[in-house]
Amino acid sequence: MTFDAACGKQWMIAMNKTVQEKKDVLTELDQAVGDGDHGLNMARGFQEVVNKIDANEYEDLGSFFSEVGMTLISTVGGASGPLYGTAFIKLAAQLKGRKQADLPVLAAAFSAALEGIKARGRAEAGDKTMVDVWEPIVTHLLKRGELLQVEELTRLAQEKLEETKNLHAKKGRAAYLGKRSIGHLDPGAASSVYLFTAFADVLKGEIDNEQS
Amino acid sequence: MSRVSLLLISHSHDIVNGLKSLLNQVQPEVNIAAAGGADGDIGTNAFTIKTALESIYSERGVVILFDLGSALINAELAVEMLGLDDGEKVIFADAPLVEGAYAAVVEAGVGGTVEEVAAAAESTKQLQKIAGEK
Repeated sequence: MTFDAACGKQWMIAMNKTVQEKKDVLTELDQAVGDGDHGLNMARGFQEVVNKIDANEYEDLGSFFSEVGMTLISTVGGASGPLYGTAFIKLAAQLKGRKQADLPVLAAAFSAALEGIKARGRAEAGDKTMVDVWEPIVTHLLKRGELLQVEELTRLAQEKLEETKNLHAKKGRAAYLGKRSIGHLDPGAASSVYLFTAFADVLKGEIDNEQS
Repeated sequence: MSRVSLLLISHSHDIVNGLKSLLNQVQPEVNIAAAGGADGDIGTNAFTIKTALESIYSERGVVILFDLGSALINAELAVEMLGLDDGEKVIFADAPLVEGAYAAVVEAGVGGTVEEVAAAAESTKQLQKIAGEK
């Protein structure tokens, strides 16, 4: 399986489709624990990403992901802009000069992206943030390498999202709610599930193509 | 006399522009930039903050005051984009926005260094606002 800028475009198009469909779900989750703008922000940001990448050709994965990251930083208000933006810019730095990447290379790039998110947000696993989905996914990608079964990714992301329900928020607006944040899913963890589900779908398409 | 500049960041355009007017009245000699809101809405944006920072940056330095979570995240990103993240010329004050900015503009006005201005802002965390209360 190899992943190139065309795969990256498919990934962003799939992610945008999901966030447009799930905009109200994200907004509802965010209204419960935050400021209620996550659905709108993600919908605006990924629409802008798709508009931008659609018209352009990319030499390598680095320039592709850099454009995605900068677009998210400039169009998404709130913490999700700089956090997702940082993740994509870290992916770009890791994949600079590569026209394509295999699963172990992608796993290492995602690992750098996760470190970027954690540093930027000063968050650790267990703080009830997107890190609670990202960290187990990255660990899984690193562990499985070429042996990855894409269905495992989607299932794991969903499980980890459900686990955020019982966590006490330590970061972001939800932290102001303290213990009252328990019982609610984290909106950033939810949008991260969409991101990894869209990623898994692209991988599955590529693997099916190679086998046929 | 050149003075340390202040950068005020909020999710609300009105909050920081109102605060800037208040501070200008106290000390008109200090350069102050306000970066509030994102695309006319509530929010913060790293590029808006970057532009505001560039408009007031000088060798004396800049102290940044901010309101809530993502303001800090976007501001750190803006400072990194400008390559000013070595902690020397641009300092974040961990302080309440209004009281901290007030203390900062007074200290900047009398020629304080960037460290002194940031420390003045941070000292307001212990400020007792009602005399005799505890």
